[in-house]
Amino acid sequence: MSITLNVNAQNHDVDADPNAPLLWVIRDDLGLTGTKYGCGIAQCGACTVHVDGEPVRSCSAPVSAMAGRKVTTIEGVSSRAAKAVQKAWVDLDVVQCGYCQSGQIMSATALLEKVPKPTDEDIDRAMAGNICRCATYQRIRAAIHAASAELTA
Amino acid sequence: MHALMQAFGPEEQEEFANAFGLAPAATGTTISRRTVLQGAGAAGLIIGFGWLAPMGARAAAPEAEGAASGPLVPNAFVRVGTDNLVTVICKHHEMGQGNTTGLASLVADELDADWSLVRTEYAPANPKLYANLKFGTMQGTGGSSAIANSFLQYRTAGATARAMLVAAAAQAWNVPASEVKTSKNVLSHASGKRASYGDMALAASRQQVPSAPMLKTPAQYVYIGKDHAAPRVDSVSKCNGTATYTIDVKLPGLLTAVIAWPPSFGATLVSFDASDAKNVKGVTDVVQVPEGVAVVATGMWAALQGRKALKVQWDESASSALDSEALLAQYREQAKQAGTKFARPAAMHRAPADPATTIEAVYEFPFLAHAPMEPMNCVAWLHDGMLETWGGHQFPSFDQMLAAKAAGLPLEKVKLHTLVSGGSFGRRANVWSDFTVAAVNVAKAIDGRAPVRVQYTREDDTGAGLYRPMYVHAVQVSLDTKGQITEWKHTIVGQSIMAGGPMAGMIKDGIDPTSVEGVSPTSYDLPMMNAELHSPVLAVKPLWWRSVGNTHTAYVMETLMDELAVAAGQDPLAFRLALLGKNERAAGVLKLAAEKAGWGKPMKSGVAQGIALHESFESFVAQVAEVSMHNGKIRVERVVCAVDCGVPVNPDVIRAQMEGCIGYGLSALYYSEIEVKNGRPVQRNFNSYRALRIHEMPAVEVYIVPSQVAPTGVGEPGLPPLAPAVANAVAKLGGPRVRRLPFTRSALIAT
Amino acid sequence: MPTAKRACAASLLVAASLLSFRVAAVDLRPPSSFDAIADRAERSRSIFAEAGKVIQSPRCLNCHPVGDRPTQGRDMHPHNPPVFRGADDRGAVGMRCTTCHQSANFDASGVPGNPSWHLAPALMAWQHETLGEICAQIKDSRRNGGRTLAQIQEHMAHDVLVGWGWHPGGMREPAPGTQESFGELIAAWIATGAECPV
Repeated sequence: MSITLNVNAQNHDVDADPNAPLLWVIRDDLGLTGTKYGCGIAQCGACTVHVDGEPVRSCSAPVSAMAGRKVTTIEGVSSRAAKAVQKAWVDLDVVQCGYCQSGQIMSATALLEKVPKPTDEDIDRAMAGNICRCATYQRIRAAIHAASAELTA
Repeated sequence: MHALMQAFGPEEQEEFANAFGLAPAATGTTISRRTVLQGAGAAGLIIGFGWLAPMGARAAAPEAEGAASGPLVPNAFVRVGTDNLVTVICKHHEMGQGNTTGLASLVADELDADWSLVRTEYAPANPKLYANLKFGTMQGTGGSSAIANSFLQYRTAGATARAMLVAAAAQAWNVPASEVKTSKNVLSHASGKRASYGDMALAASRQQVPSAPMLKTPAQYVYIGKDHAAPRVDSVSKCNGTATYTIDVKLPGLLTAVIAWPPSFGATLVSFDASDAKNVKGVTDVVQVPEGVAVVATGMWAALQGRKALKVQWDESASSALDSEALLAQYREQAKQAGTKFARPAAMHRAPADPATTIEAVYEFPFLAHAPMEPMNCVAWLHDGMLETWGGHQFPSFDQMLAAKAAGLPLEKVKLHTLVSGGSFGRRANVWSDFTVAAVNVAKAIDGRAPVRVQYTREDDTGAGLYRPMYVHAVQVSLDTKGQITEWKHTIVGQSIMAGGPMAGMIKDGIDPTSVEGVSPTSYDLPMMNAELHSPVLAVKPLWWRSVGNTHTAYVMETLMDELAVAAGQDPLAFRLALLGKNERAAGVLKLAAEKAGWGKPMKSGVAQGIALHESFESFVAQVAEVSMHNGKIRVERVVCAVDCGVPVNPDVIRAQMEGCIGYGLSALYYSEIEVKNGRPVQRNFNSYRALRIHEMPAVEVYIVPSQVAPTGVGEPGLPPLAPAVANAVAKLGGPRVRRLPFTRSALIAT
Repeated sequence: MPTAKRACAASLLVAASLLSFRVAAVDLRPPSSFDAIADRAERSRSIFAEAGKVIQSPRCLNCHPVGDRPTQGRDMHPHNPPVFRGADDRGAVGMRCTTCHQSANFDASGVPGNPSWHLAPALMAWQHETLGEICAQIKDSRRNGGRTLAQIQEHMAHDVLVGWGWHPGGMREPAPGTQESFGELIAAWIATGAECPV
């Protein structure tokens, strides 16, 4: 089935199974491999993208439902919040293996875009869906606070 | 559940072991891991010998994979280009633990390189150049040994390049070499002469390669030991989606395969019907491989749909009996029987007849899967009479040899591209090279028509076996009226990780050192230790899991220490210190952790501290866990961690590894177990094989002991003390003495 | 046993166990089956008790929690990953219901979905309550979203998210009966005076 997807502000016509998860269409059809596969059942958050500005687990979203919506991946996220998040992530050496971090950054960005000054409880609730097996959580939290400080300075 | 996972026959054992210098020597000495680890100890790593193999002595330059090559290539580890970039070739696998940054720091420091001009690449498979010096002649990463074995080697590599640049400048400027200064990629002289390394690289390449360049004194370090001087080299690419993992590799015509794996350990394929699978759009092949049945397709979704449509019949008659609960019961029985001795009471020791207190306890540990974020995978491409693979090749020596065998090609026709991986925790370091061989087998099965990536799903990965084995410990420890330990009987039951494989030579007198490390040897003076081991053999292949034997031995030893202290009416810290004899480094971290945690100060109601110490991989770590309890459910609020790992090459990486070990260990303590029922692994994904999440992460403080001793590892040593420290706090809070993990079995975790 | 026969027996076993998961949910008795109860009030209560098989099924109770966190599964364990009500019953900032749940059940991920996926408002907490307490809540316009009884019936008989309970997807056991038969029971309950069990 032919679907037109808007990804990172570009339209793409893909021939995809309407029931294919958005994740595999982004990765295999569009070649955008920054969004990762970690579990396939919406438990780990590695596949997180933005759809119309909201965080979505792309492994759990059928591509047919994404037609006509604005999809943003790690490669294309560019808001002030996103830049502050990525900068804080690098400044604090958050990453270890890095595989979960696209998803972490997308979730953190979604949080800060709506709540520029999140409490620790806000952070817990927004980020609890993103698993990090390297347990970089302490630095993720610190980086979100650092990005917030920069955004609200 | 891999068809190839059977014990190597004696010829193959010998073949591999000889290839990697792991065989018991002809003289009859057997290799213990301590021997292997100590063999390349400080005394052996004096500068300027064989393992740097200067250019003239070698036939071919190390392969360039990407970045600028030459002109200054004095050895296999560093290149300086006319573009002024310094490229460090990293012989170790980056799975997140930061050794890329560490190895680059070692070179950059001695070379006086500008950190922003340093680039890194991963070495090809070439054990002659890139062996892990602590492993013998094998190329591989593990045992928290990367920085330790590379410390002098990589520094010398950098110093060599610097010496040649200096010599070239001295020549060009007609000044003594001793007057040429280097700093941040720039050579300079008091007379005002200046040149970048890039400008001088060609001239430097014509200089004599020095055999023993001077190394810096610690006072001269600019990166080593300096906080934030050398930030991680892989941060940016991992934050903007550009870092390439095996799952991301793109090649012309690349196909994706998922395998229908045996459903139980030891099940065999009876038959399969591919007709529906082949009709799925995008499926190109359905082929039988030794691992199972592979569905090959143009993309992952098509492959998954194809596998769903595949009908496979398995014979589980031989495999369906395995049950983890029944196994535990068997282990408990075995623990009552005499085993193979691995510790004997010292000759002078005699157990008095009348102990004041005896503690008897049985501890039970489940199968653990590693569950790194990136499930296992590998890309294999057979073309032009050769094989190329892309993967998280943590053991290139084995991966290359086994890939060559599977492909029927000579070693020199097999080229490995080692990529960063999405975590390993031990999983990718295995002498069976399961993911590599699977990819080669599928590539072969489609006649090398296209490159193919075999991708495990999360369920495949969690269910593949290669687990940290189940273990049971049975102990009986007695104290006299003065609180002195008078008797210590200890029996361990659990699979030997080394048995049946090419590292079986490490088993000495029937004892696999990885089954007992942490009980024996131990930091404590326990001359009365009387310990035995049983090593059952199962259809589930075992594997090391971050910190290996210490994952269970530390829990037993350190919770026992607390129980004994309580029985003796002593403070757990003082009780331990009294047993550490002259082990100053162990005592040092224990006291530091206690001091920084405010040990002994009154805690708020419902909050308690537990302490633990463990020495592993030659590093010393002590932790104090501060735990709160509310309605019987616990929360680990804070962990104070003290680590002595010798020279701290990258302090922030060390802190990050301690944080990571604590989080990984806490995750396992709370949640992790793989049950086996009817031969099948039960937990397959993160809904049931749960992982720690951000709201459960304690606040972690890390204190690094200043040291000039040669560096030792940090990838694993932070893990063993965590679980017992928490368990000790739980007991102090009035909670149970947990003897069977994970904690969810004791209803201690709020969900 | 020869391999082929053994394999055949094994696959029969597998098929049988699959069937037992997919067994049709419990049926609901129609209103007419309560006609024998002479006392109107008692008949009303009995009809509501029958409807209670739906109301108190995990499919419904999971999203009518006490507090801010839904439960999931037949055993009604806390939803994993931990999710929270948020200001609009549709999730916390950064982790909305729609972060994972789309507008239809999705086989590929096993995650259920519905165009209106959200938590019942806090006032409509049903977990840990007796059927009588739930009944009182349903009738109380201060706690039922300001609805009349007729609107309650309309909601239960036709609301799309309520309707999900009978089409939960995957291996999830549907609520008893059908939305239609449930709606009929509620209508009959109202018609007999909307009496609440004690």
